[in-house]
Amino acid sequence: MNRNVKSLMMKAGFYLLVAAIVIFAVFPFYYAILTAFETGSALFDVNYLPESFSFSNYLSVFEGQPFGRNIFNSIFVSVMVVALSLLMGVTASYALARVKFAGRGLLLVTILSVSMFPQVAVLSGMFELIRAVGLYNSMFGLAISYMMLTLPFTVWILTAFMRELPRELEEAAVMDGASPWTVITRVFLPVMWPAMVTTGLLAFIMAWNEFLFALTFTLTNEQRTVPVAIALISGASQFEMPWGNIMAASVIVTVPLIVLVLIFQRRIVSGLTAGAVKG
Amino acid sequence: MAQASSLTRARRRSAWLFLTPMLVILACVAGWPLLRTFIFGFTDANLSDLGGYSFVGFENFYAVYDGEKFGLLADPEWWQAVWNTIYFTVISVSLETVLGIIVALVLNQEFKGRGLVRAAVLIPWAIPTIVSAKMWNWMLHDQFGIINDLLMSLGLIASPVAWTANPDTAMVAVIMVDVWKTTPFMALLTLAALQMLPSDCYEAARVDGIHPVRVFFKVTLPLIKPALMVAVIFRALDALRVFDVIYVLTPNNPNTMTMSVYARQLLVDFQEVGYGSAASTLLFLVIAFSIMAYMMIGRVRLDEGGH
Repeated sequence: MNRNVKSLMMKAGFYLLVAAIVIFAVFPFYYAILTAFETGSALFDVNYLPESFSFSNYLSVFEGQPFGRNIFNSIFVSVMVVALSLLMGVTASYALARVKFAGRGLLLVTILSVSMFPQVAVLSGMFELIRAVGLYNSMFGLAISYMMLTLPFTVWILTAFMRELPRELEEAAVMDGASPWTVITRVFLPVMWPAMVTTGLLAFIMAWNEFLFALTFTLTNEQRTVPVAIALISGASQFEMPWGNIMAASVIVTVPLIVLVLIFQRRIVSGLTAGAVKG
Repeated sequence: MAQASSLTRARRRSAWLFLTPMLVILACVAGWPLLRTFIFGFTDANLSDLGGYSFVGFENFYAVYDGEKFGLLADPEWWQAVWNTIYFTVISVSLETVLGIIVALVLNQEFKGRGLVRAAVLIPWAIPTIVSAKMWNWMLHDQFGIINDLLMSLGLIASPVAWTANPDTAMVAVIMVDVWKTTPFMALLTLAALQMLPSDCYEAARVDGIHPVRVFFKVTLPLIKPALMVAVIFRALDALRVFDVIYVLTPNNPNTMTMSVYARQLLVDFQEVGYGSAASTLLFLVIAFSIMAYMMIGRVRLDEGGH
């Protein structure tokens, strides 16, 4: 009897902990959705459950600033850097993971340390570079700077994945005299695509969320990416922040990301652990 | 034998060929800007006229004129930023590690709806830092925020707290947001380590009737420690360069200004590229030394990693 009560208590405590974790994780986003549906004075009354359903915030966020253009910019620059990083990453990681050569370890360490650079440490040099090639306040200039973030990351994770593949995979092809390029395109690409999807997705999220470069290397509203646009939404004064608009914009850019993450849950976890644990 | 070695040589040649585009790009977008930042650190460059600078030696770092000290190393604001960064890193990474382990242990249990809970835990990680900072900014609002409302109705505080503006609570707010956002990362990495553990030692412990808490500290923790250390280092290096959350949540607040925020303020807002680059260089050195110290202590062998 006593033991039963104790195990019941343990179980209740466990589920209480689970509930606390879920509420802590989900509540802020839930509250943002709630706020995004509220206008006028309803916005400033604290409520824990949905009370109003007005879409006017979602409409006005596109009127006050070129938010549609900002979304396009974010997609454009993120897709561009992910495609470039994957293209260069897959060949480079083949060389790093499957071929033994002098200086390979040093090269890997260098690539890893680039991905740990504090962004601000390259800020003035990058600013000068982007201005020198005439791409200040342009998506292409931003793409140049993003390569510093996504390329080493992509190479690192793809190398970790590529190492896991069995030796025999390429041996037969190499014996038959296939060129390394054939080995990559015919042997590795077909088995690497899940890893490429994972890596591409992580790099996409990285570029989509980037803030410091986007804030510094763009000037006009039309050229801004989504995070900068949201950070700079402001009212007539400090005391008139349009919280409804800010929350609507936040929900718009976050929902696709959350859907992607939930669909590719397992892949993302494997990508994150490949990048970190294997180090 | 001779044929095999020629094959190996051909493979090596093509390996370098494959590496070249990536290395050239990295040299252009990472190596060159970094080098330029180092050089700018020794000049009096200004953002309005980036080309017209002259070298000033170590003046941006340290100089003495007529008994008065100049330069970053004599700049109280810089030292405040250094202290803020270290404080932020130590507290938030510690909290994230402890909470991450707890969440991972929960997710490692078999229970109904585990998949859903794991999905829910991933949500904060998926949300852009700027968005999470804005969401918490609104929840922490001094007049209309839900946090103040909640704490007041629970009787924990008597009057509303201006979380992000108050010097005493600004750092608390920043750490809270960071912990919320990055605990999932720690939890997932810890969970991956937990799932790789052999189950037989747990069986043995359970048969022997050892208390689960004791099992955790004596068996589980030592086994997952290597993976945990890697996760902690990744997070710590990330925290040392923190910018986004602080810039949005507590702009222009000296109590939360970190090295990255201070360096960018010098570079962009004050247009002092020389002085700001010197600050960036120091931040880079701090992080570089942290990585090197970790490599020495941990003796991570990257070449053989994974096998």
